[in-house]
Amino acid sequence: MKLLIGTGTCGLASGADEVRETAENWARERDMKLDIRPTGCVGYCQVEPIVDILTSEGNRISYGGVTPENVGNLLTETFLHHSYENEGIIGQYGNGKVLDGLPLISEHPFFKKQVKFVLRNCGVIEPVSISDYRSRGGFKGLERALRMRPEGVIEEVLNAGLRGRGGGGFPTAKKWAFARGTESERTYVICNADEGDPGAFMDRSVLEGDPFALIEGMITAAYAAGAQEGIIYCRAEYPLAIARLERAIEILEEEKMLGCRLGPGDFRFDLRLKKGAGAFVCGEETALIASIEGRRGMPRPRPPYPTDKGLFGCPTVINNVETFANVTGIMREGADYFASLGTENSRGTKVFALTGKIKNTGLVEVPMGITLREIIYDIGGGIPDGKKYKAVQIGGPSGGCIPEEHLDVRIDYESLKSLGAMMGSGGLVVMDEDTCMVDVAKYFLSFITNESCGKCIPCREGTQRMLEILESIVSPYSKMESERENLDRFNMILNLQNLAEVIKDTALCGLGQTAPNPVLSTLRFFRDEYEAHIYDRRCPAGQCRGLLTYTIDTDACTGCTACASKCPAGAIMGEPKKAHYIVDDKCIRCGACFEVCRFGAIQKK
Amino acid sequence: MKTTEEKDVRSTERIIHGFPARREHLIPVLQAVQAREGYLSRESICRVADHLGLPESKVYGVATFYNQFKLNPPGRYTIEVCRGTACHVKGSAGLVETLKREIGIDVGETTADGLFSLNTVACLGACSIAPVMTVNGKFHGRLNDKKLRKIISSLREEGEAG
Repeated sequence: MKLLIGTGTCGLASGADEVRETAENWARERDMKLDIRPTGCVGYCQVEPIVDILTSEGNRISYGGVTPENVGNLLTETFLHHSYENEGIIGQYGNGKVLDGLPLISEHPFFKKQVKFVLRNCGVIEPVSISDYRSRGGFKGLERALRMRPEGVIEEVLNAGLRGRGGGGFPTAKKWAFARGTESERTYVICNADEGDPGAFMDRSVLEGDPFALIEGMITAAYAAGAQEGIIYCRAEYPLAIARLERAIEILEEEKMLGCRLGPGDFRFDLRLKKGAGAFVCGEETALIASIEGRRGMPRPRPPYPTDKGLFGCPTVINNVETFANVTGIMREGADYFASLGTENSRGTKVFALTGKIKNTGLVEVPMGITLREIIYDIGGGIPDGKKYKAVQIGGPSGGCIPEEHLDVRIDYESLKSLGAMMGSGGLVVMDEDTCMVDVAKYFLSFITNESCGKCIPCREGTQRMLEILESIVSPYSKMESERENLDRFNMILNLQNLAEVIKDTALCGLGQTAPNPVLSTLRFFRDEYEAHIYDRRCPAGQCRGLLTYTIDTDACTGCTACASKCPAGAIMGEPKKAHYIVDDKCIRCGACFEVCRFGAIQKK
Repeated sequence: MKTTEEKDVRSTERIIHGFPARREHLIPVLQAVQAREGYLSRESICRVADHLGLPESKVYGVATFYNQFKLNPPGRYTIEVCRGTACHVKGSAGLVETLKREIGIDVGETTADGLFSLNTVACLGACSIAPVMTVNGKFHGRLNDKKLRKIISSLREEGEAG
């Protein structure tokens, strides 16, 4: 009897550890031997903690929403009564014998349209068990690569048409060929695992759920590019990923796959892990190199590109986690299989992190060329609580928002770019009618101003000015001191778009050049919302606090004084047992009174 | 009292000298010192600079560039609220406001009794259970105001009990 518990970060945060303890106690009380194994995240984070039951006949059934309270019941039903139709069933795995009457997991709406290529092992195997990894075809791709010449490996990846999954979409094989073509004593391979994009967590899932697949891809890349040394630059915010990577590297060193001669020639690869220190800009490759060298993570102008002069001045290949995991898959399944997925110019699959106002949050892997509508409605299950879809933000702070009328666009690198968004690392944040698009643009700008490294003026100063303009759009009239100030405000608003274009053209690095995208794309598709804020002084979604007015309905107010005692600004006046009123000039619009009122007397407009 | 302090100094010194004196080790050294002391004191920055043969200003420059490094001692419970996109859309800005009111400090500050420190972070990468925060590294997901108040009051009880 075996039990697999999803122990990715989301599983643990939802209580996977408590479930595990209860399950252990359950077995101990009954004097039974129960093999409990941790596994990565299968991607259906909405219903974590997820528990898989492995019966003695080899059937595997997955259950979601398992809590410490109901896990005992589940174990009794499945292991003692052999009854598998229980609460929270997701489905059974279809390999081998199939149990009659139970749904297949591959038929589940969340999984049906997905093609698991990068995430095929996540949530299925024990992350740091090399035998589990081998049983799923692990290291087959690397063995095949080592039988080929390095140039042959490059050609295979070129034929597959793999493009970098970190954002820009540069052909991976070309990068390797450039590094190979540069004369040098040392060549480095770096894995960019500094997933700083807010709203994306696919790299974390691979690191936590299938670390060997990443390392296998890195060894393959090193062989092809003629590199001897590798570094995984992983963000410090992912402690679980770091722990599993360290363990995986240790195991591979014991297995003599790292730090020893490998294959027929004198190829040898050393790998180490470097922890990031929390700087978004270090996702940019030249900044990442600076950080590894122990300096402030600031980008430098390119060329020279890192494949020419990278880490410590040596040629360096930098790819992200998902790209390396794809390499492993390509070498195992062959270029033809990979090229058969996706569209002409964007081949293969892409992992998206589906979050925000959507029923099924989680990680989904789909072939390129699928429409956003399919992802959001068929896989994601649509918008919860009967609300209306407004936009989906794709590509993080460098991306843009896509409205309803473009939901049927086929996703690939180029189509997204033409909509003013970009693939980025693949975060999809869904927004409904309650989300204010001006507020979203402001949010991204405040993110960028915090994270800008400060090296070039367009990004350092320009984004700051843009943020000021957006703040002036959402701040109340009562905060303006004179008519002059109001005029200045309009003057600035007129320059918003112009300023955005200038930053786009003149910033030093990719992050700066794409920083105005959230503003440009919301201006393009949601201009009416900006206009409502500017001309009507109102926020259609009711989110911008500065434009809200709180009043007290004198008929409903009982004078209980709860609001007045809670108000941090002392803006609520009135005698006990009599209707209160709010002094608008003093009100800081924190909403504390709205929360505390039991009679529904506080109104916000 | 003085002897324990001296002991602390010596063990920090040992950590620093465990790294080769090359610039590429600067960030790992600072991380190790912070892991041991909870923050980077003036003295440790000077010691790291001495060991690596760098001017203090360079070390300070690196320490202030990266969000991870703290230059002030943290409270007993460090609360980090995620301000990623998914969390923002699900109302994390409101959570920060509630937290500020509940524990009476601004973001980046520590309470006078040394119990709580409040920080915001760019993204914790647990977007599927947004909005999220961590307390001393432990994740709390799918938060709302009610849940938040409950967590704070139970931490307060725990903190006052010992």
